[in-house]
Amino acid sequence: MSDKRTTEEDVVAELRDGMTIGVGGWGSRRKPMSIVRAIARSGLKDLTIVSYGGPDVGLLCAAGNVSRVVYPFCSLDSIALEPHFRVARQTGAVSTLELDEGMFLLGLQAAAWRVPFIPTRVGLGSDVVDRQPEIRTVVSPYDDGEELVAAPALTMDVALIHMHRGDSRGNGQYLNVDPYFDDLFCMAATRRFMSVERILETDDLAGEGPVQTLRINRLMTDGVIEAPFGAHFTECVPDYGRDEAFQREYAGSAKTEEAWEAWRAKYLDCGGHDEYRKVVGL
Amino acid sequence: MSAERGDTTQLITRAEYCVVAVAECFRGDGEIMANPIGTIPAIGGRLARASFEPDLVMTDGEALLIAGAYPISPSDQPKVVEAWNPYRSMFDVVWSGRRHVMMGASQMDRYGNQNFAFIGSWEQPKAQLLGFRGAPGNTIQNTTSYWIPSHSPKVFVEQVDVVSGIGYDRAAKLGAAGRFHDLRHVVTNLGVLDFETPDHTMRLRSVHPGVTVEEIVASTGFDLVVPDAVPETRAPTADELALVHEILDPTGLREKEVPNP
Repeated sequence: MSDKRTTEEDVVAELRDGMTIGVGGWGSRRKPMSIVRAIARSGLKDLTIVSYGGPDVGLLCAAGNVSRVVYPFCSLDSIALEPHFRVARQTGAVSTLELDEGMFLLGLQAAAWRVPFIPTRVGLGSDVVDRQPEIRTVVSPYDDGEELVAAPALTMDVALIHMHRGDSRGNGQYLNVDPYFDDLFCMAATRRFMSVERILETDDLAGEGPVQTLRINRLMTDGVIEAPFGAHFTECVPDYGRDEAFQREYAGSAKTEEAWEAWRAKYLDCGGHDEYRKVVGL
Repeated sequence: MSAERGDTTQLITRAEYCVVAVAECFRGDGEIMANPIGTIPAIGGRLARASFEPDLVMTDGEALLIAGAYPISPSDQPKVVEAWNPYRSMFDVVWSGRRHVMMGASQMDRYGNQNFAFIGSWEQPKAQLLGFRGAPGNTIQNTTSYWIPSHSPKVFVEQVDVVSGIGYDRAAKLGAAGRFHDLRHVVTNLGVLDFETPDHTMRLRSVHPGVTVEEIVASTGFDLVVPDAVPETRAPTADELALVHEILDPTGLREKEVPNP
């Protein structure tokens, strides 16, 4: 029986410059931040990040790991606009593929199903289609003959997600109200890594929540990391809410280069997740 | 009616006219999801359900559908959950067309083309804003209205920098593929606009009491269609005001979004 337990550092050792990396969660909610921080410390370059974006995107942009972002929005929720992502866009540091939120879902689903696209009406008439030649249309082969958008598969090299509970075999469980799209991220990627708040014995997972919460099965994962507070400072209810004060400090670090260097020195250069927890007091 | 209005106009704030104008957007919608985004939109949507559109389905802003009337500010009032509606299910609702969303806009042109993605160039915007979010899908798949808390020529422009939500001219070019496109009303802090003209260019529907037609025309960066007679936005009834004051917005968040002039 395989034991998929691993560490943030071992995950980063598998990554290469230029890879396409998907990050689960939504905005500033249940993001695999301990893995994201390990990437931000790595010096990896030219990554394409695919995300319902939050501080995962902003932090990696600020750390210089990113050349392209595939996204429908990038927000900290309680702070509407991700400030580090804004800096990256407004200085021209990253290119983007701009997508509608639902078109993004179809792209994940297409990649998970191993088809090149899924047809949809979403995007027709908007600049998502009209000004991005990489988004193409198809004509229905049926009698209606309608022209539809071919939402492209968002195939990725690696997916990173954070769940509340898991086991060493790579099953995962969410305990908040929304599974987001984490299962699809895993199924759209070649290599899939999941951090969890706690690793339990498999037969203890069912005691944590109804069977519907067992959304990630071990077909979807290659590695599992036990990382308590692994989603900090993003929201991970019921285990913990968003750390709003910390998030404000993070957002403030986008104001000047000096502020970013100070934030980086304190919270990134301090070391791995255990050291980060000590510095933050988690 | 006019006598009643005369008696209460002094007591009604601009924000409360906005709230009732938002509520009116949802009149006649029946059993669909009303999805008003923003402070005054949330109050107005809940007002519609608490009064003349009782079958509207509404979310808690996240993954639950909630029954009843409750405040938009955090409260201890227990919520009655009707159903589970995670983001993935929300797209099912949008694409089925059983939804009327009210979004914001950083820019809008006379056909209702909306931008809240970014200002400036695609490669290096002057101001990165929200991104496209759900605007392309919303505008082509279900009914859409807009809320503009600060009506100005910076918002209402000849040409938007990027089209996130599509307007009537672009929908018309799509032919049959645009058949579910339906922009209803644009409610602002000054009045209500719609697209009920032969070529679907924006028209002044009503002015909030205390605002002149000239003021709205001057605050709009393109030629607005102005009918010979422009009515005033209707006043909330006494029952509607009580709902807003006592149940939906007891802490007065509406007045922060649109201060009384």
